[in-house]
Amino acid sequence: MLRLLRRPFFWIIALVIAVFVLSPWIGNDVELRESLLLAALYITLASNLNLMLGYAGYINFGSIVFFGLGGYICVWLVNSYQWPLIPSLLVAAVCVSALALFFGLGILRLRGAFFALSTIGIVEAVQAFAENFTPWGGSSGIYLSSSIFLPLGGPARALWVIYFLMVAVMGLSLYLSYFIKTSKFGLGLLAIGQNEDAAAILGVPTPFYKALVYSASAFLPAIAGGLYFFKSAFIQPSDAFDLSLSTEALVVAMLGGQGTVTGVALGAYLYEELRGYLLTSQTFSNFQLVIAGALLLLIVLFFPGGLMGFIYSRFPRTQKVLE
Amino acid sequence: MLGILASIIDGVLVGLVYGLAAMGLTLIWGVMDVINLTHGTMIVAGMFSLYLLATAAGVPPYLALPPVLIGGFFVGVLLYWIAVHRMVGRPPLMSLLSTFSVNLVLIGIGTGVWGTALFNVDVALPGISMGRYTFPGAHILAAALAAVIAGALYVFLHRTRLGKAVRAVANNREAAELVGIPTTRVLAITVGCGVALAGVSGMLIGTLFPFTILSGDGYQLKSFVVTVLGGFGNPVGALMGGVALGLLEGAITPFVPVSWTLVIEFVLFVLVLIAFPGGVFSRRGAL
Amino acid sequence: MTALLDVQKVGKRFGGLQAVRDLSFEVREGEILGLIGPNGAGKSTLFNLVNGVFIPDSGRILFAGADLTGKRPYEVARHGLARTHQIVQPLTNMTVLENCMVGACFGRENLPLGRAREVAREAVAVAGLEDRAATLALHLTIAGKKRLELARALAAQPKLLMLDEVLAGLNPTEVEHMIGVVRRIRERGITILIIEHLMQAIMSLSDRIVVLNFGQKLAEGAPAEVARDPQVIEAYLGDPKLAAELHGSG
Repeated sequence: MLRLLRRPFFWIIALVIAVFVLSPWIGNDVELRESLLLAALYITLASNLNLMLGYAGYINFGSIVFFGLGGYICVWLVNSYQWPLIPSLLVAAVCVSALALFFGLGILRLRGAFFALSTIGIVEAVQAFAENFTPWGGSSGIYLSSSIFLPLGGPARALWVIYFLMVAVMGLSLYLSYFIKTSKFGLGLLAIGQNEDAAAILGVPTPFYKALVYSASAFLPAIAGGLYFFKSAFIQPSDAFDLSLSTEALVVAMLGGQGTVTGVALGAYLYEELRGYLLTSQTFSNFQLVIAGALLLLIVLFFPGGLMGFIYSRFPRTQKVLE
Repeated sequence: MLGILASIIDGVLVGLVYGLAAMGLTLIWGVMDVINLTHGTMIVAGMFSLYLLATAAGVPPYLALPPVLIGGFFVGVLLYWIAVHRMVGRPPLMSLLSTFSVNLVLIGIGTGVWGTALFNVDVALPGISMGRYTFPGAHILAAALAAVIAGALYVFLHRTRLGKAVRAVANNREAAELVGIPTTRVLAITVGCGVALAGVSGMLIGTLFPFTILSGDGYQLKSFVVTVLGGFGNPVGALMGGVALGLLEGAITPFVPVSWTLVIEFVLFVLVLIAFPGGVFSRRGAL
Repeated sequence: MTALLDVQKVGKRFGGLQAVRDLSFEVREGEILGLIGPNGAGKSTLFNLVNGVFIPDSGRILFAGADLTGKRPYEVARHGLARTHQIVQPLTNMTVLENCMVGACFGRENLPLGRAREVAREAVAVAGLEDRAATLALHLTIAGKKRLELARALAAQPKLLMLDEVLAGLNPTEVEHMIGVVRRIRERGITILIIEHLMQAIMSLSDRIVVLNFGQKLAEGAPAEVARDPQVIEAYLGDPKLAAELHGSG
């Protein structure tokens, strides 16, 4: 892994993280912080989705389930057992990854489209569960009292702490993507994505690799979920398992260029700008998902390689530096 | 006991309509290996067409069938050219994404215009009574119409030249092209038929139950379950699968709260696929 | 010579078709064993059975003493078996080198990336693809893809290399080259099991021949013997050109 320190891309990621950390902090720009928080969230969700999508070639329509479950477990621990934030986040992430590994071994036997469809079903099933599970407040959800922000130094300071944690999660997601891509594990995943049967014959232990990457792709989104809902001090099933967020993560991953690390970050940034514009524009605010859909259609039809695919074809030398 | 029997019989009636819905999905899937994720929305479109025609234009509900059928066909052809044409031959995941994105657009527009309000179309028909239980006339008529349309599809596929062309393309597209079948046209017509079937089944479901813009998801999932049970590209299988699903629903609804029905169906879907990765019946020789 | 691969009474049925029936033969270490037979004789099915793609209904498959029956393809690969496919299966959006690295990383030796790259380069060189090492697999010609198939299998450093019609679709020059490559591979100590329809090629390459017909072993022995075997000639009589070739190379 130390060899990665010598590669420029490692430092490019570090630079991005630095920008995220420093720009709102210097100048105490709360508005910028909030918008970068959202960007960091999209980058996190999209990069982790990319592990399945761009590497192994499996579309996970229901990646939101990691986010939502992570949120629920974290909020529940904080609320019912008065756990501090960080341990709650970690436990939530471990639980969600373990569940993902367990369920993954089952549904990853399904190929391509069936897998994609069953991920939607999983979200519906988990949402139904959350709506009927009384310790989690059923369909009304869980409200956190503002006292949860006290150990973090009060509400204002807590928001900064949460922001930096989210940036850390984003950074880890980018590094995880990069690290996996340049590793032997990543090579195996890419082979699976190209031709799963041939990969198996070549010796790639396909069921285990798929389950492992599925589980890995759950960890950081679970933490992101915990942070997001902790910050909102409120979680309910319809927000936690809102399929449109995982749809947006999918659009971002494809917009930027599935299978690339840079692309996801770029795509997330662009999409978030677009979304921000749409929300404030009178005419378009209801049509967010319409725009997302139209964008995805254009990408799938004409630019399946996404933004990075376009850049790599025009400027092939960039492929040596960027991932 | 009789209550459960009545529920099951009613389930079979409704199941025939589910089977019709699934036929649209399985036809497109079987012929060109494309999974139409706008399927649920097309069913909803059928429901809304019924509503608009019956309520706004005062058309008697069942007379909405021909316009929905024809309209659905043209919408399907349009869908083919927009989202499917370039995806044929590419991995099925790409068509999944393209139809998914069209669906997003449609749902977005739909919710923008109609919101998530509940709609209902009143259909007053005399039912058939057996002792304490009445089978709603609407259910019986819908089931009958579904069976008739399914029969018509079968005749089309097996007794007409165009139908044979469709089956040829399903079997081996390249070979079909080599013998002079205009495959693009056939594919477009197939998607047209698939969407028409979805729309008509939606229209029929609209006479049975209330609906919202978002109802499509549930019926789409049911169509997938039926397709997996009945065999891809196998319309007769779809009808039988629909009946099986209807039967299952009829058997469990007296005992299980409604919100869990979909979850149970989803679990069934996944379990059947894990046990039979290609569906219960193999794909070969389906159409 | 010891038996490296020992196929014992293996059978496989698909619905109504008995593809392979009570088949037994062995591949001895260091030899080149040719597998021939008319189309549909069950040769590729046999490969798939040995490979773990299909599971035999009956019989056993032993490799270097280990029982491979029923093992998954990736487990089989770890034991040191590699194969090429009749219809090439390149990892399309990866380069030639990357394709071979997959073979090297996940083959017998389970190498780390760095070492795998070296092994992959060697394999690429043996197959004569050095000038195209950085080309994406999808941009190769059919001949190039066949060579890639071979290089990738080689990169796994197998003890037994199974070649499924590596010569099909190649022009005479390319065929010559491939035959040379196969010989060089054997010189490196790798045992080879080869399916081929090009009679002259397989007859001259192989130390021994096994003839299959309708999933059963029809004959076994040195190329010359097999070519004279009346049962073999009869099986090929459906294709007089092939029978003539067979008899001619006997």
